[in-house]
Amino acid sequence: MGIVNGKQLVITGVLNTASIAYRVAELALDEGASVILTGFGRGLSITRRAAAKLAGDIRVVELDASSTASVETAAAEIAAIWDHVDGVVHAIGYAPPSCLDQDMLSAPWEDVATAVQVSAYSLAELARGFKPLMEAAGSSSLVGLDFDATVAWPGYNWMGVAKAAFESLSRYLARELGPINARVNLVSAGPIRTIAAKSIDAFRTFQDEWPRRAPLGWDPLDATAVAKAVLCLTSDYFPMTTGEVIHVDGGYHAMGA
Amino acid sequence: MDRDEAFERFSDCAIKVLGVTKDQVKPEASFAGDLDADSLDLVELIMALEDEFSITVPESELEGVDTIGKAFDLVYGKLG
Repeated sequence: MGIVNGKQLVITGVLNTASIAYRVAELALDEGASVILTGFGRGLSITRRAAAKLAGDIRVVELDASSTASVETAAAEIAAIWDHVDGVVHAIGYAPPSCLDQDMLSAPWEDVATAVQVSAYSLAELARGFKPLMEAAGSSSLVGLDFDATVAWPGYNWMGVAKAAFESLSRYLARELGPINARVNLVSAGPIRTIAAKSIDAFRTFQDEWPRRAPLGWDPLDATAVAKAVLCLTSDYFPMTTGEVIHVDGGYHAMGA
Repeated sequence: MDRDEAFERFSDCAIKVLGVTKDQVKPEASFAGDLDADSLDLVELIMALEDEFSITVPESELEGVDTIGKAFDLVYGKLG
């Protein structure tokens, strides 16, 4: 019996097979869960191709996390299939090019606002949209993917600021959703070489540094450890954990140098 | 499969996924400059090619692949 046996999980953010969320979906299926993926816009057709590579006939629902109406429509579509949702995985982030790698002070507010809306506020959109289905589960979990926002990274710039908002929001949502027995936690991952990561030039600098400093080492091409932690948080094995950020980074965050 | 036949099938995929015409699919054509294709388009093209040729192309091998010719060589190299 798998760790998430019988769980019904909505997994966002599967763009291609290199996505962290793809590894989450793969392992979730191995561990006995049922999975619905979401994708949107131009990424949707890629998500469908990725879904076809997973075991079984995986449904893909369109969901634009920056649109309340789209999230509502997606939740309604899923409600027609499942009477409850045990877990929602948030793996969504975007920042316009001006927000990454360049002079931070020249990024216009409109671009920063987009980064914060898509990368942070979207967690609230998912919480709002899926709250009824999560409540119907009796006990449920919302898990997001984070990159340590307690420090400033080279090049990560406004995305780092958005992640700080994301971390704070996860705590407020933990407070908000506690009464319906829904947990909200983040997995703060070491650098994984996804499509999202490739759009950050400076990613290489910390990708190379990471395995040297992390006591357990780090492989940027393997998202398995991150996916396992995400699944643990959607399982019944963290029933009293909410508002938490779990580091899956080889121990990097705890080292001074 | 010989190179010409493989390129023919490669070309059909590129036309479908990238929405370009047959005469645009030349080895020297660059994705960004000539075909107006960005990294997402390239990802989708490679996934379509994986299906077409029943191969697997690891994400890490896509770095530096910026022309039709380089993408084709990568895919052709995977064929038995």
